[in-house]
Amino acid sequence: MKTLNKEVLFGLYDDETDLLNAVNAANKAHLDIMDVYTPFPVHGLDPALGLAESRLHIAGFVYGMTGTLTGFGFMTWVFTRDWPIIFGGKPYWSVPAFIPVTFELTVLFAAIGMVVTFYTICGMGPGVTNPTLHDRITDDKFCLAFQTNGMDAEEINKLKNFLSTSNASEVHQKNI
Amino acid sequence: MSVVISGIREPLVLGNKTYHQITEDICAPTERVPSKAWIIAFVIAACFLGMYLFAVTWTIWMGIGSWNLNRTINWGYDITNFVWWVGIGHAGTLISAILLLFRQKWRTGVNRAAEAMTIFAVICAGQFPIIHMGRVWMAPFIFPYPNTRGPLWPNFNSPLFWDVFAISTYFTVSLLFWYTGLVPDFATVRDRAIGWRKKLYNSLAFGWTGSAKHWQRWEYLSLVLAGISTPLVLSVHTIVSFDFATSVIPGWHTTIFPPYFVAGAIFSGFAMVQTLMLICRRVLNLQDYITLEHIESMNKVILLTGTVVGIAYLTELFISWYSGSLWEGFAFYHRLFGPYWWSYFGMMFCNVLSPQIFWKKSWRRNIELTFLMSIFINIGMWFERYVIIASTLARDFLPSSWSYYSPTWVEICLFLGSQGLFFTCFLIFTRVAPVVAIAEVKSILKAAGNQYAGKNTMPSHHDHSHEEEHDHAHH
Repeated sequence: MKTLNKEVLFGLYDDETDLLNAVNAANKAHLDIMDVYTPFPVHGLDPALGLAESRLHIAGFVYGMTGTLTGFGFMTWVFTRDWPIIFGGKPYWSVPAFIPVTFELTVLFAAIGMVVTFYTICGMGPGVTNPTLHDRITDDKFCLAFQTNGMDAEEINKLKNFLSTSNASEVHQKNI
Repeated sequence: MSVVISGIREPLVLGNKTYHQITEDICAPTERVPSKAWIIAFVIAACFLGMYLFAVTWTIWMGIGSWNLNRTINWGYDITNFVWWVGIGHAGTLISAILLLFRQKWRTGVNRAAEAMTIFAVICAGQFPIIHMGRVWMAPFIFPYPNTRGPLWPNFNSPLFWDVFAISTYFTVSLLFWYTGLVPDFATVRDRAIGWRKKLYNSLAFGWTGSAKHWQRWEYLSLVLAGISTPLVLSVHTIVSFDFATSVIPGWHTTIFPPYFVAGAIFSGFAMVQTLMLICRRVLNLQDYITLEHIESMNKVILLTGTVVGIAYLTELFISWYSGSLWEGFAFYHRLFGPYWWSYFGMMFCNVLSPQIFWKKSWRRNIELTFLMSIFINIGMWFERYVIIASTLARDFLPSSWSYYSPTWVEICLFLGSQGLFFTCFLIFTRVAPVVAIAEVKSILKAAGNQYAGKNTMPSHHDHSHEEEHDHAHH
């Protein structure tokens, strides 16, 4: 397991509404949120955290077009340059017959490309173990985390106070 | 969170759940020792799988001569089974992709198991064309890879070749879609597990943490995969139907085949989902997540697609007469009154007449009746493919070649044995993975499970629906 050398102070909330309120309060207090961990996608969290829209779908389009060109270009090359054969009296370059395979390759390239990109940019994959803060984040707890490297006790106490006053049911510290 | 709560729709999660209770309920089957029912089912399935392996070995060892195919009827049980399994494999991606785009919340209860069913059904389907080749070691030749034979390429104009790409793409994309959905749930199981199970689920969970950015990307990925899977799922059975429709055989050479096959595929897929879900919810105690509402919704899809299929059958019959084509007319006369009349009427009864009982609401919500109907439809859809394949080929253009086909024991063992392969895979799945998508059910709990019992409970279902109506009235 890799370590990130991060000292983390985090609060666990029992409900996504509490979490959203806490995130908004933290923004108002100009606190620097490290990350938020939830058991399921919480809507409204992305704008609150200022997360930019994902560009995964643009990558997907590029992968898909690559598939389109690969499939269509390859079949064209084979039947017009490499080994032209007449099937059923049709022209060598019988475009309508190429549509199904071109379509399938578009989908295949887009899907594989996007999935691989997703795992890569998230730092995930087979055999990867990323440090987690608490076992119930994937169950029913909503976690708001602050990084506390280099902070003095006073600053940390301020964050602790913020977490407990914003309805966090548990507050913990952990090094990951 | 802007959720529209309907006052008419029933809750999709019953039993006053908290988020933690959902985790407990759905993870339970993967965490306890297998029940007696599971073990018995597994042993039976494994026996059928053994029979399948024996029949496959026999076929490869003795050659295709061990089947009863002949020069006239050169597709029999094998391709019937292939089309039947591929058809069943259509419901999973339909539920997870098309219903995601249509924002049907009930899909969250059944999508995981339906996608698993899709993957196992496509695995079963893929075996049949390969063993039908006889010399199975030639199977890689169907892919266009640089080879020492020229290089000689496959015929890109052939529907059989399109099929190779359609099925393998469908399998790959379904698998990726399914697994991406599973990753957060594997993380849930991982964080509850200890010992060797922790290690196992740690590797299955790919290092999922639940970070907000990861969820955002995960949702984008799911949405775009759904977007591209939707035309994919429609294309796959369309291309399977091209295997028949692009030929010049009367009875196959029809333009109605693609939509008719796709409707039939969804029809049979939902029937198989019903068969599996009705058993699963009972054995795994998931009645609160796979509710009567889910069953009724699926029965509505069955009624719709069954009716579409019925209209397609009647259209075929009408056109065979109206076209004035002697050959078409004969092909359909032969279907109804030839030696395979029993399969035609079996098909008509199981697929067209019997699902019509689902017009009645109380019957759509009757579990025993639904289970019986799902078996009927599975059988009826198998008959449909048998009718199309065997009965059409039995009477070709040359009367001296007319023949009749009935399977050998090898072919019957292959068909029954493939069920063993399917159910073995599915039973293992129910022990290893959460059968219901945990994260997705949690995300709809407040909006669609009006019995949410946790903190910050929203205003009660009833009150809220009035607000909605009020709003609408103002607009």
